[in-house]
Order: sequence, then structure tokens, then C-alpha cells
Amino acid sequence: MARNRVAIVGAGMTKFVRRAQETSKELAWEAASKALESCELTLDDIDAVVIGSAPEAFDGVHMKTEYLSDGCGGWGKPVIRGFVGGGTGVLSVIQGWYHVASGIFDTVLVVAEEKMSACQPHPQGAFITIFDNITERALGPNLLWIFALEMNAYMTRYGLSKRDIALVSVKNKRNAADHPAAMLGDPNITVEDVLNSEVLAWPVQRLDVSPVTDGAVAIVMAAEHVARRITNKPVWVEGIGWNLDTAYWTNRDLSYPTYVEEAARMAYKMAGITEPRKQIHIAEPYDPFDYKELHHLEGLLLFDKGKAAEATALGITQRDGDLPVCPSGGLLGVGNPISAAALMKVAEIFWQLRGEAGARQVPGQPKRGIAQAWGDLMQVGTVVVLGV
Amino acid sequence: MIREVAIVGVGWSPFRSITPDLSYKEMMYEAAVRAYEDAGIDPRRDVDSFVTVAEDFNEGTSIFDEYTPDQLGGALRPNHTITGDGIHGLAAAVMQILTGHFNIVVVEAHSKASNILTHPHILAYAMDPVYNRPLAFHPYAIAGMEMRRYLAETGTPLEACAQVVVKNRGNARLNPLAAHAADLSVEDVLGSEPIAEPLTRLQCAEHADGAVVFVLADGATARALTDRPIWIRGIGWANDTHTLESRPWGEASYAYWASQMAYRMAGIKSPRNEIDFAEVDDTFAYKELQHLEALGLCRPGEAGWWTLEGATALTGEFPVNPSGGALGEGHLLDCTGLARVLEVVLQLRGEAGPRQLEGAEIGLAFSWRGVPTTSGAAVVLSN
Amino acid sequence: MKEFVYNCVSLSEEDFTQGRVLFETWKPVARYAWDAGIAIGRYLRELKNGRLIGVHCPNCGRVLVPPRMFCQDCFVPIDGFVPLQDTGTVVTFSICYIRWDMVRLEHPLIPAVIAIDGASPGMGILHLLGEVKPEDVRIGMRVRAVWKPAEERVGAITDIRYFKPIE
Ligand SMILES: [Zn+2]
Repeated sequence: MARNRVAIVGAGMTKFVRRAQETSKELAWEAASKALESCELTLDDIDAVVIGSAPEAFDGVHMKTEYLSDGCGGWGKPVIRGFVGGGTGVLSVIQGWYHVASGIFDTVLVVAEEKMSACQPHPQGAFITIFDNITERALGPNLLWIFALEMNAYMTRYGLSKRDIALVSVKNKRNAADHPAAMLGDPNITVEDVLNSEVLAWPVQRLDVSPVTDGAVAIVMAAEHVARRITNKPVWVEGIGWNLDTAYWTNRDLSYPTYVEEAARMAYKMAGITEPRKQIHIAEPYDPFDYKELHHLEGLLLFDKGKAAEATALGITQRDGDLPVCPSGGLLGVGNPISAAALMKVAEIFWQLRGEAGARQVPGQPKRGIAQAWGDLMQVGTVVVLGV
Repeated sequence: MIREVAIVGVGWSPFRSITPDLSYKEMMYEAAVRAYEDAGIDPRRDVDSFVTVAEDFNEGTSIFDEYTPDQLGGALRPNHTITGDGIHGLAAAVMQILTGHFNIVVVEAHSKASNILTHPHILAYAMDPVYNRPLAFHPYAIAGMEMRRYLAETGTPLEACAQVVVKNRGNARLNPLAAHAADLSVEDVLGSEPIAEPLTRLQCAEHADGAVVFVLADGATARALTDRPIWIRGIGWANDTHTLESRPWGEASYAYWASQMAYRMAGIKSPRNEIDFAEVDDTFAYKELQHLEALGLCRPGEAGWWTLEGATALTGEFPVNPSGGALGEGHLLDCTGLARVLEVVLQLRGEAGPRQLEGAEIGLAFSWRGVPTTSGAAVVLSN
Repeated sequence: MKEFVYNCVSLSEEDFTQGRVLFETWKPVARYAWDAGIAIGRYLRELKNGRLIGVHCPNCGRVLVPPRMFCQDCFVPIDGFVPLQDTGTVVTFSICYIRWDMVRLEHPLIPAVIAIDGASPGMGILHLLGEVKPEDVRIGMRVRAVWKPAEERVGAITDIRYFKPIE
């Protein structure tokens, strides 16, 4: 069906830090130049630019696409920015895919950038206005509410304990110790550390949560005939899928992310995947909170409903396990500059499939991986399946 | 293009200065219902992907895409939001169809400009936060500076800019969708309150509320759905630099680049001869002239005289903004570009009522994202 | 792997307090007055009257709350407003110790999704719980709205102070 096969041919990123001296534009440039350098291209070789960046309120700039454009290499080129909240980083790859698969462009530079630190006194301020302007905002909600409400619904439905879930945070923060861009890598963290951390909005505690971060990631995508000239190790986009559920989130069953399942099914169909648990060798599901990794593994049909915690406890999702999950260290370990964090996941699969992940390389030469992001009011799933 | 793409359904919620009776969701719903009826489709069954166009600060809601799916029939379906102009959203839909994986894609944009109480502040928020914003000037001053430079470089007379306003708001009198129809004279326009000289108040498009929804389909699906598909022949978009310090002030390079891309795709070599009429961004009056030149529809410096001679009037040799443009219909924020496209579709379908152009076969729509940006998008359509 | 990572400059708090880096500040002036529209406009008017209402979908027959002009699943217009009870069941809850800017609260807030009686199963709204100890809150707990006195109600979701347990 796919008339134009699309490959990822290069990737680069900035270090993820609590507060960068660079402006948003400069961070975008740093990541974009690293990505171009990685595949020995220059901006002249790029036909179009896709920007991924989450709410404008972080940077405090209206029409952020335009502001970021120069830093992303957009001068004189077609530039588009798409947006689905936290799902944006993986959506930007889907957008890069449709730019190339349409046959209009041969090469696309995809840049995801987030500078959360510019929003003072706390970036959470950008999230106050995500709630319904009339029926919810007057209640004084904050972002942690929705995660806490969802986590509680998930734990209660499947009888999971805080300890079951804390294992995810420990795994990812330990994995991140091997990531040169990571902000919160910690080889010695324990479950007790997570369980004893400050309670923010029960059941959410501080170490259940990924940190506020500045950073940028970029990848280069190319049509097949060009990709083969650029590299002898192209990583193919085998499937893409995305899905947005109703905004009436208080009307939904929060214990299961149906929208992630729908997005995954769309991607699996395109990739010809019928048994995801067998045919996918490595996964980077979205983990802004530890329970989300479990939630998403189930939505991606990699584990049965309510069973991802058990798999985690058995070590199946460790880097040397049967299905390595978040070998990068994820958002919990590497950091969470929203859209850039999700693109980091795609870059991780790219590096793992090419055998370039260094100390994080999973054993057994994986052939196919999946990256997934999530966002909005617990509402959107974005999925990319990559293969070699 | 390797696959044909057509617009098979259009819907709108009429453009008005205020819309206190409807929430933005209800406005979008009205436009969507109309578009689906027009296309003869059921969104819950037939649509493969939904594209909305919106900016958080125009909505007063962070991560606004959250609130887009329900009123379009898109809940639990592929949806994404483009933070650009409506024609950028159209481009996203066209690309999806061209991949061969999507047959019907919906595009939506809207404006609830009347709900924004602090417009100039929001617009100022789009300027570089470190270099430019601390100077605390009204962002329309950027348009004033650009207009002066454009007039100086091309020798265009002020009266030509005023004539754009007279023409467009006059055309709007024939358009039931338009919010700002008026019978004005050149003297009225030039004599109105100065905003950022040489820009006067009547040369700036006033805001309006409204929504537009399009249903797009691939060639085979389009032919099955309707006997009057409007074909998208070419589409293009481009950004110049956002930096005030290093942009070309007299010319609209983004319009040149965007239209060249669209013309290339459409196989158009001589736009002036091959295109019958255009809907071109006129959110400031001089912009219509500057854009006509950048779009290759006339030579640099020619658009003003052309306008004064009446060539771009409804009855002229090359009608521009028969709808009334943004000056006549209203500035619809992110929806402004889709309003331009809507008029091109209505004209090509022969549904433009009293302002219908005779024998129009190929039309161009062009949008600009407004100050302080330098990005634009163009689309060529035919019947 | 390191070669793909750009070493951006990481700042510390001292870089700011000791003036080693310069910065620009700006307080946004972003004010809005949103049109509530038909469905939510009616919802707010009924809240002012001390009543919760939902809407009925003629296609799937569900009663939906908060009200909307259309059923998003069936994509048909609703055919009327339906009075609901001001009681319901806790679907999920949190005990929140921090404000949006991460400042700790002296008394935690208890946000909850509450399925409203009279609406179809699973139709919840976001609100707060009160007159209950945090450790006593349970999923499945029955609750009732505590309204502001009529003269203090303005037509807002906050016309309900909170929901409290039904003994
Ligand atoms: Zn229904």
C-alpha cells in the first residue's frame, strides 16, 4: 500500500537540563545541527521542516512556530508545526512521514523543542488552562490532578500497589545512568526511595514523576531512493498511528487507554503486525509518570490488561529482558522536555536498531521497535513502528 | 501530483463581529454539520483523519487540540492540530491523502476573536521576547514600517491601498457571510484614524468570529461522492525569517516561495494568464498589493496602479478578493486562510450568488499569518 | 553515541542570584470572555437555580453530563435537557497537597470524578470533596452536592461548594 517508503537517516539531540542558557531557538538549532551532522547533510539538502513543540505558554511566545522557525532551519522552506499536547513528539515523526510519503518532499528535518524553564514561577502554570474554560477551570485544578485521578482508577481496577508501580521509576532512572544526555540517571535508586518521596497528589509522589526539563531533539527523514544514498543503515517507518478521544474525559473509563490501543492497531495494520508481543523487540512507551509506562504497554497490546506490572516485576522489561522497555531511561530518567522527550524515544529506537546506542545497547540485535507518546486530557495516543 | 485530491464538501458558521449565542464548540459543530451534509458523508463512519487549525493564545486554552474532536465527529479517531494558518491545515490534509493511506480527511479552523479581550497584548506576545518585546510597541507598527518600505520601493500611491479597502468592503456587500461590508470612499479610508503611519484604521481588517470546515477526498472517492469536485491542483507554503532585524521589509518573499511551490505542483508557468481570479491575504490593505506582486500576478510596483484602474474589481480583468477579503469578511485569526479558500470553492462551483464570476475555472487562494510573522501558504484550485 | 549529543549550557540557581546570566521578564496580559453557548449556558443557569442537568441523545438514548449540543458518539443533535439529581458516586479521586506552582497546601484538596445520578453510567463531572477526612475517601463512595446559598450563586460550577459523603 505504501507508495513511498520513508526512512529515518539521522538523529541528534541536546543534553536534557533543568534550565538551559540557550533560548528555545538556540536549543532547536543545536539539535538540528547534530541531526544533520549525523548523516553528513547540510540544510541545503533539506526540502521541508516539521516542528514539534508543546504549549506556547512554556516559552511565553504566541505563534511559537514562527518564533522557532529559523532555529529549526526553516528559513525559505515549507514549515509546519503540528500539535497534540504531550503526544506531539511522536506526532512530528508521523508528520515527517506524511510529508515524504506524499511524494512532495524527499527529505524532511523534524525538530522537537521544549524550554519549560522560561515559564515562571513554575511551568505547571502552563497547564492550568488545559482544563475546560467554563466547567472545570473555576475549581482551581492543576495538572497532577488528572494523573492522580487516572493512576488511582488504574490501581483500583487491577489491584496494583504503589510498590508494583515504583519499579518502573527505578528501572528507568537506572537505565538513564547510561544516557549521555540524561538529567536524572541514577544507578543506585531503590523502590524505597520512590515510596518515601514527597506525596504530591496521592497516589502520585515526587519520584513517580518526570522532571521539568529544557531540551531539543531532531531527526532527518528521507524517501527510499534518497535514504539509500545517505546511509547504508536506514531505519524504516513501518507503521504510524494516532488517535484522539473525546474531550469529555470525566465521561471515560480512565483505567484503560483505548485511544492508545486504537493508535497502535492503526500502526500495526500498516506494518503488517498481527502478534505485537512477538513481532516487536523493543519498546519506548511514554513514561511521564511511572504508572503511564504500564498503562501504555497494555494499550499497545504488548501485555494483557493489568499485567504489565507483573511483567516489570519479573524483569521482562529490563534492558536485558525479553522485551526491553524504555532502555533510554525514558522521561523519568533522561528528562521530560515534553515534545522533545517523545522524539527522544523515536531517536532511541533508531539508535538501538542501528546498534549505535552505546552503553544502553540492548542485546540480540533487535529488528523492530515501537515508540509511543500520549497527551492532552488523558486523551491522545501517537505511535510509530520502526524496523530494519 | 501522483494522486488527485479534491474538496468535496464545505461548511461554515457565518462570519460575524460577535457570536454571543454560540460557544466555539457549537460554532464548529454548525460548520461541520453543513460540510458533511454537503459532501454526503457520515463523519463517524467515513472520515479517516481530522485536521484542525488553532493557536492556544487565540483560544485562551493551553493544548487546545484537546477540545477539537467531539464537535467534528472525530472522537476516538486520528485528529491533530496544526498551529498555523488554515491553508497549512489544508496542506496537512492533502499530504495525508497523497500517501494513499487516507481517502477522506476533514479540515477545520475557526475564530472566536470576540472572546479575546486583550488582542494587542496577545499579538505582542508573538514577538521575540528578548530583543523586540521590551520595546513595547503595538505589533501593528511592524505593518506600518513594512507598508512604508513597500510604498517607497515600488512607488505605489497611498490611494491604491485605500482603493483596496473600498473595493473589498464593497464586494462584501454582495456576500451574506461577510461581517464588515461597507460603502466607503478613498477619502474615508485615508482620513480615518492613523494607527501606525501610513497605516490608517480602515486599512486594518477588523476581527470577526466564524468557522469553516472542508471535506477532502482522493480522486476516486471524490468522483463517487459528487459530480462537482473542486480539485486541489497545487499547494505550497514557506517561511521567511521571523527576525525583525534581518527580514526584507519591502517584499513578501514567503508569498513568492509558497506560490512557486504551488505553481510547480499545478504545472502553472504563467500565473497571470492561467489563473482566473484570486483570494489573497488583505489583513492590511497594502498586503493585497504586495502579495499580488510576490505571487507573480503582476510585476513589482504594478499592483497599485492595476487596482486603481479597476483591474482587480469584481468586473475587472483579474478579480481579487471577490468575497470582500479579510477587510470585508473579517479577520478570522487562524481561519482567515480557509475563508479565502471557501470563496474560491464557491466561485468555482458557481455558488457565489450576486458576486459570481463568469466562467471561472482556476482560482488561487493565499494566506499570511499576520504580524509579526513572515509565513504564508498558497493553494491553486480548479473545477 | 556521545557524538550525537550537543552539550547545551546548564544553569544553576546561583547563575541567576549572582547575576552571571541576564534575562528578560514579561507578564502576559491575556484576558478572555468566553461565550458559554447554548448547552453550557443552560447548565450554568440551572446551577444558579441549584439544579444539575444533563442532555438526552435521541440516537443512543444516553443522558450526558456536562451538557453539549450534540452527542459526540452518534454525531446527532441532542433532543432535550434532562434534570439530574445532585447526588452521585465517586469514580476516582486524589488527595492533592500542592498548588499549581508546587507550593504545599496546608489542607489538601480532594478532587474527584463524580458520576451523577440520573445520567447514564460513567457520566462523571470533575469536582471537589469536602466534609470528609482524606483517609476515609473511597472509590464507589456515595456523595451529595453542598450548594452555596441561593443569593450567593452566580451561575458557575463553583455554585456547588463541594460534594460530601451521604451518611
Ligand atoms: Zn448518542
